[in-house]
Amino acid sequence: MSIDQWLETNSFHHSTFWDLKQLVAEKEKQNLKISLCIPTLNEEKTIGKEIVIFRSELMTRYPLLDEIAVIDSGSKDQTLEIASRFGADTYFSGDILPEEGFKRGKGENLWKAIHQLNGDIIVYVDADITNIHPRFVYGLVAPLIYQPDTKYVKAFYDRPLAFSQGIRPSGGGRVTEILTRPLFSLFFPELTALMQPLSGEYAVRRETLEEIAFPIGYGVEISHLIDVYTRWGLKAFAQCDLDKRVHRNQATRDLGKMAFGILQAFLNRCEQLDMVDVKTEMAKVLRQFQVNGEQIEQLEFTIVEEERPPIQTIKGYQEKFHP
Amino acid sequence: MDMTTHSSPPTLEALREQVKDCQDILLANLVMMAETPAPTFGEEGRVRFLLDRFREAGLDHIGDDEVNNGVGFLPGPDGAPTLAVFAHLDTVFGTEHSHAMSLGPERVKGLGIADNSLGAAVLASLPHLLQRLGIQPQVNLLFAGVSGSLGRGNLGGIRFLLENSQRKIDQAICLEGAPLGRLNYTALAMMRGEIRVQMPDEYDFSRFGVTGAIVHMNDIINRLLEIPRPSRPKTSVVFGSIQGGTTFHELARKASLRFEVRSEADEVADMIESRIGDILLEVQARSGVDISLDKIAFRRQGGITFDHPLVQNCRSVMAGLGIEPKIGPSMSELAALIAHDIPAVTLGLSNGHQVNTPEEEVEIDPIFTGITQVLGVLQSLSFPGDAA
Repeated sequence: MSIDQWLETNSFHHSTFWDLKQLVAEKEKQNLKISLCIPTLNEEKTIGKEIVIFRSELMTRYPLLDEIAVIDSGSKDQTLEIASRFGADTYFSGDILPEEGFKRGKGENLWKAIHQLNGDIIVYVDADITNIHPRFVYGLVAPLIYQPDTKYVKAFYDRPLAFSQGIRPSGGGRVTEILTRPLFSLFFPELTALMQPLSGEYAVRRETLEEIAFPIGYGVEISHLIDVYTRWGLKAFAQCDLDKRVHRNQATRDLGKMAFGILQAFLNRCEQLDMVDVKTEMAKVLRQFQVNGEQIEQLEFTIVEEERPPIQTIKGYQEKFHP
Repeated sequence: MDMTTHSSPPTLEALREQVKDCQDILLANLVMMAETPAPTFGEEGRVRFLLDRFREAGLDHIGDDEVNNGVGFLPGPDGAPTLAVFAHLDTVFGTEHSHAMSLGPERVKGLGIADNSLGAAVLASLPHLLQRLGIQPQVNLLFAGVSGSLGRGNLGGIRFLLENSQRKIDQAICLEGAPLGRLNYTALAMMRGEIRVQMPDEYDFSRFGVTGAIVHMNDIINRLLEIPRPSRPKTSVVFGSIQGGTTFHELARKASLRFEVRSEADEVADMIESRIGDILLEVQARSGVDISLDKIAFRRQGGITFDHPLVQNCRSVMAGLGIEPKIGPSMSELAALIAHDIPAVTLGLSNGHQVNTPEEEVEIDPIFTGITQVLGVLQSLSFPGDAA
């Protein structure tokens, strides 16, 4: 399948799926269960309205979702209380598969969710979206319902950043444009067709999730794309335009940490696939610098992209889902 | 058309619990309505949202009109009178502001959440609630989200609707976000205006002295304060906003003052308006500056009485829910209804805080009481002798 063909058949706009009644009917015909996972860490400002809007629109009005779960990494604010108050199931990631231990990171929450949730499809939506809308779920789930060959649906959008002065109409996706897309262009040219490869919103079939590994940190999205692509090819993906996504701006320094983690995960994958040969052990410390008065200070951040194995290799999971 | 009262306080508590069970739909409508900016004359997004909700609830005659009002109709029994439920859709905040709402355990926070996103969201939710809770009012219900209410809108939306409606409206309820307990059934006479002072390009400083627009505006304000304001009927003049000049060291060439005259008597409001006109002419003649008065909004005094069946009905339902009525006159949509001799009340839906500021909030739990109050009033309206 060429990129042009794929863009023609597997790229959508959420408005294509406006008819939720029809979507729910098709879901029920296929006897599918769909779970929403919202990974959180201190998201009290936005979690309440995400839960309320998804519950109202996609459970009460149109029963597209069968469960809404918040998987938390240990929030210190009221994230879990608020999520529970408005009707979400809430879990501390460390309590899920406790025999596997607990690692702090978004990828850990996503991986644990596969065990905790019961859906045939799991849709992941970040908790920091300011302009939350039901399209963030149905736009991702619909291609999986309507296209049996599709395994993994990514979101893309025009992402304005939230500023105190209002909304700036462009920006965002800096790590994508200066790191991820150049890397894909070098090693996996077909994956450049994914508009927002690092977006935190995606829907995936359970049988696909079972077979892929999960870096627990920044590298989870890029690893997923490489793993699904190398196993099933571009045709396994679809992407959906969700229009605008308003979220908190991230400092360039934080994007540097993200890029460091992504680069680690990418090079690890390329090594495993015999595409590159890294002859020295890669360092795990990111160094950044700041000027304090007349002093230049060195800041060191240890970022280790640990990885969870495909969950189908975990005994507890096998016992629950494939006894 | 007479509509009598059949309220039942014990049932109201049960009804409140049923309303609370619909929390997710109510709060989702509130957040989605509030996150759709709606400055006066820019309410299109809210009208679309409202009409979508009306369609989903299966209302009849759904549509918008040329001034952007959104309406839907729920027929009652044959020959039943028609009660209209109104909420103004506009807020004082422009599209340049972030309309992101924050939903906490006890409160919803964001621009315009109380005035009047909550009223508009409850309007959007009522048809669904009536259906879900199996409430069949013994009246026809006209639901209308009206545009162009605030400021220079001067109640344009509801005025247009009342002047052009094909359907006779017998009584009406207006929904306002806050405060819970608000019960308005009279309107004050009111005139809202903006006085502008401008120094002409050819202003003769040698003749009139080295003064700027601010000094002349100050003179006008002093003169306005000298206008007698009777304590009976209650009358007041409010100076709401003043602007003038640009910097420290240059004479201001322009100044403007926004004010409002309120009175329990039309004649007194008219008298004050006339005096203001005289003062402006006099200051202009004496100073040589250009002075203009832009009359932005105007209301006539009127209303229904405390013992009107509609007011009695509302008080009875409020008592059944333990709501303390906060009775006072209004200058909102109620005034337009009174001008058309339509008996009407304004009801508040929750407790609001910091209204019309960036810190605006409403409390969540009282919303369920506020909505139950509206449903209770709708439920208890019927024809005389009807057993419903």
